[in-house]
Amino acid sequence: MKTFNYHSAKDVKEASKLASSNSAFLAGGMTTIPSMKLGLASYKDIIDIKRIKKLSGIKVSGKTVTIGATTKHSEVANSKDVKKAIPSLAALAEGIGDPQVRNRGTIGGSIANNDPAADYPSACIALNATIHTNNRSIDAEKFFRGMFETCLKSTEVIEAIEFSIPEKSSYQKLPNPASRYAIIGVYVAKHKTGINVGVTGAKSCVYNDKDLAGALTKNFSSSAIDSVKISSSGMNSDIHASSDYRANMVKAFAKKAVDAC
Amino acid sequence: MASLVGSRVERKEDKRFLTGKGRYTSDINIANQTYAIFIRSPHARAKIKKIDTSKALKSSGVVEILTGEHIAQDKIGGLIAGWAIRSEDGSEMKCPANPPLAKDSVNFVGDPVAVVFAETLDEARAAADLVKVDYKVLKAVSNLGEAMNSEAIHDGIDKNLCYDWLLGDRQKVKEAFEKADKIIKLDINNNRLIPNAMEPRACVIDYNTASEEITCYTTSQNPHLSRLIMSAFGGVAPENKLRVVAPDVGGGFGSKINLYNEEIVCSWASKKIERPIKWVAERTESFLTDTHGRDHITHAELAVTNDGKFLGFKNETIANLGAYARVFGTVTPTYLFGPCATGVYIMPAAYSNVKAVYTNTAPVDAYRGAGRPEATYTIERIVDKAAMELGMDPIEIRMKNFPTEFPFKQTLVHQIDSGDYVAGLNKAKEMADYDGFAARKKESESKGKLRGIGVTSYFEACGIAPSPVVMMLGCGVGLWESAEVRFNPTGQVTVYTGSHSHGQSHQTTFAQIAADELGVPIENIDVVHGDTDKGTFGMGTYGSRSLTVGGIAIVNACKKIVNKGKRIAAKMLEASPDEVDFKNGEFVVAKSNKKKTIGEVAFASYLPGVRDEVKSPLPEGDEPGLIESSFFDPANFSFPAGSHICEVEIDPETGNVKLDKYTAVDDFGTIVNPLIVEGQVHGGLAQGIGQALYENAQYDDSGQLITASYMDYTMPRADDLPDFNLGFTCTKATTNPLGVKGCGEAGTIAATPTVMNAVINALGGKEISLPATAEKVWKACKEMKKSNAKAA
Repeated sequence: MKTFNYHSAKDVKEASKLASSNSAFLAGGMTTIPSMKLGLASYKDIIDIKRIKKLSGIKVSGKTVTIGATTKHSEVANSKDVKKAIPSLAALAEGIGDPQVRNRGTIGGSIANNDPAADYPSACIALNATIHTNNRSIDAEKFFRGMFETCLKSTEVIEAIEFSIPEKSSYQKLPNPASRYAIIGVYVAKHKTGINVGVTGAKSCVYNDKDLAGALTKNFSSSAIDSVKISSSGMNSDIHASSDYRANMVKAFAKKAVDAC
Repeated sequence: MASLVGSRVERKEDKRFLTGKGRYTSDINIANQTYAIFIRSPHARAKIKKIDTSKALKSSGVVEILTGEHIAQDKIGGLIAGWAIRSEDGSEMKCPANPPLAKDSVNFVGDPVAVVFAETLDEARAAADLVKVDYKVLKAVSNLGEAMNSEAIHDGIDKNLCYDWLLGDRQKVKEAFEKADKIIKLDINNNRLIPNAMEPRACVIDYNTASEEITCYTTSQNPHLSRLIMSAFGGVAPENKLRVVAPDVGGGFGSKINLYNEEIVCSWASKKIERPIKWVAERTESFLTDTHGRDHITHAELAVTNDGKFLGFKNETIANLGAYARVFGTVTPTYLFGPCATGVYIMPAAYSNVKAVYTNTAPVDAYRGAGRPEATYTIERIVDKAAMELGMDPIEIRMKNFPTEFPFKQTLVHQIDSGDYVAGLNKAKEMADYDGFAARKKESESKGKLRGIGVTSYFEACGIAPSPVVMMLGCGVGLWESAEVRFNPTGQVTVYTGSHSHGQSHQTTFAQIAADELGVPIENIDVVHGDTDKGTFGMGTYGSRSLTVGGIAIVNACKKIVNKGKRIAAKMLEASPDEVDFKNGEFVVAKSNKKKTIGEVAFASYLPGVRDEVKSPLPEGDEPGLIESSFFDPANFSFPAGSHICEVEIDPETGNVKLDKYTAVDDFGTIVNPLIVEGQVHGGLAQGIGQALYENAQYDDSGQLITASYMDYTMPRADDLPDFNLGFTCTKATTNPLGVKGCGEAGTIAATPTVMNAVINALGGKEISLPATAEKVWKACKEMKKSNAKAA
């Protein structure tokens, strides 16, 4: 690991001020620290935002669930409020990594990193999330740009993620047996305003599968999915799953999700 | 006093391990130590054109940088193959030189070429980045199946072939096959595994400039042998100036049998730079450079009659040695594999032919079970296929070919002293509710799932002794084991063993044995291992040999203690030695009340004389003290055996395999500690199941290991496994006084074929390669659906 300057920011303003194109915000450190240890990433400044109290916590209003950026996966998984308002979101958090990861990893870190196989991005897409930063509010559909890429600026700090409470929803994933990231994760959510199908793991970036959503809008049942054609073109392919398998699993897990709604 | 052998004594080790007080190699720090970082080849195959260390040498904190040139100048020897195997044509095996630091060529990704020693670890790392190695990259041979048709990677080793070995009689097999009603043919792989011991390899070297003695603390399964090889072949120092200590070691599974490059290099360098050295592998280094396991391609054929009798068996295997032949590398796919390939069956004719080849991959060596899992996988898969093709029940076909009389002369090598395979399989059948499978299958089908059942019966040859046999088969050393038992004057006992515990709980098991033999409370017995300065000598722990060989040496040393004790007690009690009985820690003169405890006798043995109350003259001819040692070399291998049955449920929509039930019935002979044995079986099963469903080391065409982290190499986890249903049968080994057979490898040996047989059973006989990953199973389900649709 290359040497770096460590800062513990007392508030968001200070964190943002310390940030540069050669810095990283540190919360759970579940990706940042291993990347640094393996020499895949190095930064001049590491800005620790764990001690900023306002960034952590869960609030439920009538229509939304708002989760602070440094809220840990285990806190979401075990939150009575989340379990009641959006049980599928608590279940998603419960299925991330392992207990050690869930006890340190944070929701803000997960979406800021935008790993193509991470679980939370699919929830953001499916649950019409709004990502609140220190200077704006961003729709999830616009937030995720590409592989490990978001629209965040280097000095921008995610403060909270606000999820719409759907009528019904379910997240189903085929975990990578080694890493337990999603080989395929499908998040189906039915809102009054429409249906979203957030898909992670399949391509270089999370996406809302409009074909599946369209079929489910006509008929919200797993049989409606049978007739949808999912192309393997553009799908990821690696030692754990070919693109063809992934394409088929998008369908299989979408069906599971609908059945579980 | 109740016997401790057979009771569930809690592990003496647990307190320190569970409270984080274990003392591992990386916990050892020596004042003024330097830190080593090895520079490793990023290429699978290349010539080294030039190594430029000039810039790195000027880097902050650098003490020294050494390369293969320095090794050659100092005439430091390389790593060796411990077993000499001959080809079918009588020619000797071909082994390349394996210098501790590569000088001219590198042969796998991770092959070390240079080492930096610096004041801090960060400085060593920074300097290592500045060492420039100029390589001429050559085309790598990374595919096992193509290795014999590829360019030779080592000079003078044609076809990359180490040997082409045969065990058995081709002519007899040919005749047997001519008589067969049916020939069952099977092509299978045995996937490459990375051992993944929880503790990465490490060494800490302390060179004493006054005594000129090198102390090497290391993560070894057999420190005595490491010292021998480092001295006799490495030329690092004479044995009397070399001390090797393997303190607490966090798992080995065979990967820590070998002496490695880093231990030789750091031991040699510590003397050169006159500074202590510390090296601890990073996990990536463990993936790349620990010896790997398995990696076979096999074509097997079984000749059968229509009613399911076996007539003959052929086993044609290509085994991957990796880049170099290491200590057990050459014997694992031959004598540890070939003889066991006929399984637990009467097989009138058989042969095993193994071609071992070099590739540009990490060296392959013994991994838990070593050869016997590959053998069992081969025979148990083909037996299941035979049952399927003959329309027989898998249990029925096995029962039909079991031997029922023991000793049983197994086809290719072994004379199996004891066993009862019928009883084991019957017990497994009952415990697994085999007869209820059809109902459970129906229930799974009603949920859209497939269910399969798998059976395996296995035996293994354990102990890897007697010495005369293993030496005849090519072993470079005798594989006996030694023990020394010291009674201290105040009554506690220290047991020194040449075995090494890296998870096997010898401190408990061996203390139980000694407590029974000596009648001393177990609390008063300490077991010491892993230090060449403590105890006599040792051949280490692998091949389920610790108890069957090392444990018996302890029994025999204890018996010598008791014999001497009898003579001393007789003198003290004014009786003749044959009037003295020893029982429950007391020497008693028969038909009288006179007795001395073993503690009193021990005390007396150290105070041989008469003064005031002390009246303990030694018998004539006996020396003072109560210390005895023993070297035990058994009359034969030991032969644990058993039958395992499991059930899997498959989701055809995703290919996910859920291991639903697992029953293991094993015959380990006498069980010293059921608690520990059950733990050994659990761990073994997890690894065998891991091979069947998850683990798979993969290299790409350029020889890069693409499963070099836990992000890509799948280890089995607790939530992948069902509760194990364990049972035992017992036929005692006749070749040792305890009747023990060994239990460390059984789970690994039986689990892989059991799980694969169940998966393939669920798939209606559709063959898939190891491991049964979700995508492979999903594809097979799809094809099955298609062919079912066609049939309908």
